[in-house]
Amino acid sequence: MENRIKNAFEGKKAFIPFISAGDPDLESTEKFVLALEEAGADLIELGIPFSDPIADGTVIQKANLRALAGGVTIEKIFETVKNIRFKTQVPLVFLTYLNPVFKYGYEKFFKKCAEVGIDGVIIPDIPFEEQAEILEYAEKQGVYVISFLAPTSNDRIEKIAEKARGFIYVASSMGVTGVRSEITTNLAEIINRAKKVTKTPCAVGFGINTPEQVREIEKFADGAIVGSAIVKIIEEYGPEAAPHIKEYVKTMRQ
Amino acid sequence: MNKGRFGIFGGQYIPETLMNEVIQLEETYEKYKKDEKFNTELDFLLKNYAGRPSLLYFAKNMTENLGGARIYLKREDLNHTGSHKINNVLGQVLLAKYMGKTRVIAETGAGQHGVATATAAALLGLECEIFMGKEDTERQALNVYRMELLGAKVHTVTSGTMTLKDAVNEAMREWATRTEDTLYVLGSVMGPHPFPMIVRDFQSVISKEARAQILELEGKLPKAVIACVGGGSNAMGAFYNFIEDKEVRLIGAEAAGKGVDTELHAASMTKGTLGIFHGMKSYFCQDECGQIAPVYSISAGLDYPGVGPEHAYLKDSKRAEYVPVTDDEAVDAFEYLSRMEGIIPAIESAHAVAHAIKIAKEFNKNDSIIICLSGRGDKDVAAIARYRGRKIFE
Repeated sequence: MENRIKNAFEGKKAFIPFISAGDPDLESTEKFVLALEEAGADLIELGIPFSDPIADGTVIQKANLRALAGGVTIEKIFETVKNIRFKTQVPLVFLTYLNPVFKYGYEKFFKKCAEVGIDGVIIPDIPFEEQAEILEYAEKQGVYVISFLAPTSNDRIEKIAEKARGFIYVASSMGVTGVRSEITTNLAEIINRAKKVTKTPCAVGFGINTPEQVREIEKFADGAIVGSAIVKIIEEYGPEAAPHIKEYVKTMRQ
Repeated sequence: MNKGRFGIFGGQYIPETLMNEVIQLEETYEKYKKDEKFNTELDFLLKNYAGRPSLLYFAKNMTENLGGARIYLKREDLNHTGSHKINNVLGQVLLAKYMGKTRVIAETGAGQHGVATATAAALLGLECEIFMGKEDTERQALNVYRMELLGAKVHTVTSGTMTLKDAVNEAMREWATRTEDTLYVLGSVMGPHPFPMIVRDFQSVISKEARAQILELEGKLPKAVIACVGGGSNAMGAFYNFIEDKEVRLIGAEAAGKGVDTELHAASMTKGTLGIFHGMKSYFCQDECGQIAPVYSISAGLDYPGVGPEHAYLKDSKRAEYVPVTDDEAVDAFEYLSRMEGIIPAIESAHAVAHAIKIAKEFNKNDSIIICLSGRGDKDVAAIARYRGRKIFE
């Protein structure tokens, strides 16, 4: 099976929503993925919950804890993805932290990712310098390890971008995930530098929550990532959130 | 990949937002650790402000009472601010100043590292913000006030288990938000490289002094050096200059809480498994899915689910041994040392004292052992009284 991530960026700007798998339960996760795709999501990030998500703000921290309280495990999430793949071929990537993957076993994890149809993984606590830890296992299975660029990446932009596969996650600003009213980083400059050395698309995340922000970002980036704003809707409506997130994504997509 | 490794342990498992900072920190540290001006300034502060060298005190009553090895206490409790934490913060806050930073942040468990950081920041004229778990702000309320008195802002952390682990999470999140003027002054030999190395180097003054002092007093090396281990900074400092002396046993006492056969402990060496968290590969208390476990100890300073990577390496290479000590044993030792020597130890340090009491008899009367008395116990008095059923509140 060919990696689906490129489909998200083909001839369009990608809209990339994030939801935490198992929040509030895995049946809802399946419904939410389908609703997101219908609303126009081009690639979907599924969070595997971790007890201590140090790169996330309070909204996603709470989603992680809700999912864990419901007894979600990696194994159960793989089952859910398998079911989702009977219904859609939307590109799917996992977002998680390294320890749950390490405990599960790198080789087994990436083999299982390929088996159920996961196209990439985003692991915020494995920077470029430590990627060797998982890269051979991921590459062997055709699963992309998504690289990050931050406003402080400076001299490292080129070396990270050169090796990047799938897409590059550009953090819009310093800090952790969560809604921000204003983004002041000079993102265009970072993305232009990356684009000089790679064809891998660049998507911007952290703090995006309005259609205006998406339009602004799409001027220089290949996609926009929206997490906390959607997770907040799930926090409010629980298992009944599907129509609400659909409506939100449609507005963001306009 | 092999940067900052101790065998397989250590590494730099942190978000991209922090990478530039740790790279800069490492470069600055490598530059200044050999810099004459920096070292002169640090030595001056250690001597004239912290009160170093600390005494190596012969515990005569304890030695006679236990009837085994000659027992020495390395009196880190006599340092300014009452613990070994000042050794590291003077180094790191000075480093922050040399880096041109104007603000430092830190996590704290018992409050000793927070107080020490606030102290150094006050002295050297930097802004200071401390992150402390809600549970710890309650059991160490006086230290919160102490930090505020020293001009620091204390953030009460209400996420997760509301203890030291969560305080580290919040401090890391805060650092990722604001790096340009801020240095994260990590309190233990943990976290991403270069912190385990920097903190170890600054704390190694403990064993540098102790080794010279014991040779002077006894004419030979001790049979063992015993220290308590949470993240492991006082133990690493106490062990470091003895590592090459293979005949000296290095023993770390970790918090067994209500017992290592219960769920209520913080014994990452005895009960933990290999994992990757807070920037490092090391041993952690965690479940089979890699979720970090809630831990427990009577001692807020040892109430942490992991241990520094160099300790994990010393354990695996069998150079050091790590033993669990329960709340009950630590409280007994807290009272024992108070009565026996007139020295009230920190409840953290009491874990090391408890293990020394257990093994003193195994040694010959001509042999010596050193206990690192990492801090003083004033901060714990009310909590220990309550543990014994006396309703005393701070």
